[in-house]
Amino acid sequence: MNSVLQAIFEPGFFTSFPVRMALLAGGMAALVSGIVGTFTVLRGQSYAGHALADISVTGGAASYLAGITPLWGFAGVGVAAAAAMDLIGVQRRRGRDLATGVVRGAGLGLAALFLYWGATTTSTTGATVTVLFGSIFTISAATAAVAAVFAVIALGIVAVLYRPLLLGSASPDLAFARGIPVRATGALCLVAMALAVSLSALTIGAILSTALLVGPAATAMRLTSKPGLTVALSAVIGLAATWIGVLLAYDSYYWPPTHHGWPVSFLVVALVVLFYLLAQFVVPHPPGTRRGRDATRLPAALPSEAGA
Amino acid sequence: MLSGFMVNAWVVAGIVAVVAGAVGFFVVLRGSAFVADALPTGAFAGAAGASLIGVSPLVGLGVFSVLGALGIGWLGRRSRHDVATALALVMMLGLGALFLSFSSQYAPEIYSLLFGEVLGISSNEIAPVAVLGAVTVAALILIYRPLLLASVMPALGEARGVRAARVETLFLVVLALATSMALPVVGALLIFSLMIGPPAAARSFTDRPAVAIGLSVLLALGTVWAAIAASYQTNWPVGFFVGALSAVWYAVGRMAAAWRRNRRQARAAAPGEPAEHGLLAASVRV
Repeated sequence: MNSVLQAIFEPGFFTSFPVRMALLAGGMAALVSGIVGTFTVLRGQSYAGHALADISVTGGAASYLAGITPLWGFAGVGVAAAAAMDLIGVQRRRGRDLATGVVRGAGLGLAALFLYWGATTTSTTGATVTVLFGSIFTISAATAAVAAVFAVIALGIVAVLYRPLLLGSASPDLAFARGIPVRATGALCLVAMALAVSLSALTIGAILSTALLVGPAATAMRLTSKPGLTVALSAVIGLAATWIGVLLAYDSYYWPPTHHGWPVSFLVVALVVLFYLLAQFVVPHPPGTRRGRDATRLPAALPSEAGA
Repeated sequence: MLSGFMVNAWVVAGIVAVVAGAVGFFVVLRGSAFVADALPTGAFAGAAGASLIGVSPLVGLGVFSVLGALGIGWLGRRSRHDVATALALVMMLGLGALFLSFSSQYAPEIYSLLFGEVLGISSNEIAPVAVLGAVTVAALILIYRPLLLASVMPALGEARGVRAARVETLFLVVLALATSMALPVVGALLIFSLMIGPPAAARSFTDRPAVAIGLSVLLALGTVWAAIAASYQTNWPVGFFVGALSAVWYAVGRMAAAWRRNRRQARAAAPGEPAEHGLLAASVRV
């Protein structure tokens, strides 16, 4: 028994400071992304989430230039991009993918410029890889503290807006009729999304943070149709993927090619996708629907989008 | 600026722009911006993998982008399309991260794969790009009518025997081809800007599809060539100029659309609310 445990948790796993920080920061990122991601998927805003993730690369690159923790850049630019997307019309269904894409393209263009400046002025070229693919094992205690603050803010937004958001996501017209400020809640939801993405950007990398935002939530929706349970399940799945990913990355030092170590971001993403595919096979038709397919196509079938 | 290796850059970027402008028109028309975004970003992993096993990056790009297109088509029929796209995208990107960590690529090469490197194109790279470009354009011409019908009026298309799912898959493969030829030039993260900025603007200027495609190709050509010239002058990355110019085109297009709408409403101030107005109001509220 003991030897089996030791084979799974390589010696030093629980005592190493980088690993503890990775588990802590990764756990927070997974928790927040899982919870916020439920609304992202429910509102059909996966693309907005992905675009926010890509744009936060700009922030990461800029903070390298300025010499501060990337987390500030990720979050600052993410929130600004959320505001820009709201202005340009992400909340409409018609033509919103286009608007999202344009903001994303302009943001990434800036990211290219900042990374280039970073490479020419400081002559270190590691920033590109760190910003894009994350650096979970180099998180300091101070960064983890800032991450915790962001996590609390994002979760606070979701907790306060839980019911109006749920109603606004399921039926905007009904929410509107009940006097809920649909646009304002939607904008705040985008802010929460930007914060969630910035946390994941720190751990599994900016362009991969979509995985934690969309994957666990979509998996949870396969398994249950109760909103509260979906949120909880999504958080648990995200947490499991992240922690197992960190563990595997730590163990992978002994995998081929030896003494190299596999990237955490790949392992976490692979686990997220694996969970999703498993859920697909276990539950071919999502619960709470007659044949499943009708419900899964709901957003695509909206008349306003078909005309776009 | 017009001599030696720069000629290659002008030629290759020109081919890329023509293909991106034409394919991009359908991307905008079908509203499939997310897929057009996901394929290039994911295909980047193919380039990384190819350099790991020592084959031409173009092979890796082609394999990964076509596999990605088929995967998105397959998953998308089974679950929600945007979720399927997002997950296929991150899976391919994750593989890219893995390949990169195994290979001994230098960071600058990764950077140029992601953000583009026009100025380092050698003359023996022109032929493959030209062939791929020709194949893509030919494929687009072949499926032009069914694609147009299925994009604008899916119901009418079905009635006429156009299978929407098959057209979707074919289109994704065309998109994948366009992606793999454009990626080394403009970079994985920015091809997509070229595929939506110019066509979005072109669509706002005219309602006729053929004219819009022509205009979109012209705008894309202008964008890429201006970006190369600016990049040559300033040494800044090409991707930055492509992204910025595409955003400018989009803004111009939206202004033009608003202006046209106003003029049409002023001219038709007669009774009978235009249908578009109602739709617009509905979409604003959603």
